[in-house]
Amino acid sequence: MADKVLMKGNEAIAEAAIIAGCRHYFGYPITPQTEVAAYMAKRMPKIGGTFLQAESEIAAINMVYGVASTGKRVMTSSSSPGISLKGEGISYLAGADLPALIVNVQRGGPGLGGIQPSQSDYFQATKGAAHGDFHMIVLAPNSVQEMAELTVKGFDLADKYRMTSMILADGTMGQMMEPVSLDFAVSEPIEKPWAVTGTKCERQHNIINSLFLKPEELEKTNFERYERYKVIEENEVMFEEYMMDDAEICIAAFGIAARVSKNAIDEARKQGIKVGLIRPITLWPFPNKVFAKAAEHVKQFISVELSMGQMIEDVRLATGCKVPVTLCNRTGGMIPSPEQVLEAIVKANNGGEK
Amino acid sequence: MSTTQYLIAGFGGQGILFSGKFLAYKGLTDGANVSWLPSYGPEMRGGTASCSVIISDNAVGSPIVSNPDVLIAMNLPSLDKYEDTVVPGGMIFVDSTLIERKVKRTDVKVFYVPSTKLADENKMPKLANMIIMGKVLAETNGFNDEEGVNNALKKVISAKHSDMLEINLNAMRIGRDFK
Repeated sequence: MADKVLMKGNEAIAEAAIIAGCRHYFGYPITPQTEVAAYMAKRMPKIGGTFLQAESEIAAINMVYGVASTGKRVMTSSSSPGISLKGEGISYLAGADLPALIVNVQRGGPGLGGIQPSQSDYFQATKGAAHGDFHMIVLAPNSVQEMAELTVKGFDLADKYRMTSMILADGTMGQMMEPVSLDFAVSEPIEKPWAVTGTKCERQHNIINSLFLKPEELEKTNFERYERYKVIEENEVMFEEYMMDDAEICIAAFGIAARVSKNAIDEARKQGIKVGLIRPITLWPFPNKVFAKAAEHVKQFISVELSMGQMIEDVRLATGCKVPVTLCNRTGGMIPSPEQVLEAIVKANNGGEK
Repeated sequence: MSTTQYLIAGFGGQGILFSGKFLAYKGLTDGANVSWLPSYGPEMRGGTASCSVIISDNAVGSPIVSNPDVLIAMNLPSLDKYEDTVVPGGMIFVDSTLIERKVKRTDVKVFYVPSTKLADENKMPKLANMIIMGKVLAETNGFNDEEGVNNALKKVISAKHSDMLEINLNAMRIGRDFK
């Protein structure tokens, strides 16, 4: 196995994308994801790829639309306010069933907000990136290694289901360095008979379009798309369980919040409190089943988030509100401390909130 | 289980992030789990810079160091800001050229290293960071093999700048030998 190297999360995403065969990157700089673009600017010209700093986020996502139409692997990256700008293009990608990878290294909001880490784009990523009926596959890494591996996974899933994958990271994940091994298997690219690559007068024209003026037709595309989503919900859910076997309290957390929570769980376990963690790796599809199963034996869930409480709604839905689900959070660029999470665990253990 | 949390802080331009990266690579080449997290933001432009480094036998949980076992303070604002956060029994390394006051805490081990002065005297003006790092390694058993230190240096100094290897190692030796 190759030596592990220290890389920033942002750089790991960029290098993994290149390993996955992505040769087209379009973006516009914004903290805290700028290293993705900087890395691409350095590497792409050397390997025959395209790095293009667009005039705006909106331009960048539409360039992504163009390359995606040709069936080539393509990506863009940004941070929260920039992702909002890309919304229109994201919806068009969905409407035209195009595969692409979008990276959001979140910062605090709303508005221009701040530049420190946040998870407050959860709703946007999982439910409402833009107008219309659609979803993105949303992957939430919690280490630099996962930043790399989920990038590859994101491309694979996007191609497989003809849709957009999003890496939903945060400022800490983007900026931190950890040892990473880039020595992973990459699957063969799949056939894309729908791509617009020139007919050479040998086949009918392929048409990439998101405009369907006949409502019957438009409804049909939506029904078909949601049939695909059902398959994804059945087959592509990813999560990690930590100390859940005998847990009476369950923390729900993803990304950086999950890492902080693990510290708190280790500390709580030393005090004899039976607490565990379910960490969704796919935020959409959400790991409903594992939460529903946990609701049969835990007495309280605590959703630890860098937001005012967004994923907590999915935890409540998944568990049918059988047991209380409380929130332990910081927002605006602040990160919950292990002590704060521990306090919430101790409180839950002492009877908790009803 | 052994986990050491380091916080390195000073002015932007003192090589705070670089020395942190070296430290992380030292941990990595020793076979430990490591994380490195910089402060990022507008405060870095000419202001303070800091980075959190965690070296552990176990998987690293949160990469954020709020209560360091080892604080390396390269300027006064950093000592003022972080002195109280160090865990009891921890260590504080102070660049005593740039920080005139003494550490107030009595429950930590303190090492005063005039690293900026030593760097000037030895005609290595940009390497105060590595001089104090030499002392840190010496006091935390990280300097028992020079080979390991050299290997970690090779990871942070690109091949293009390999002529800087020796001077960095020398800087660290100066710190190590400072009494």
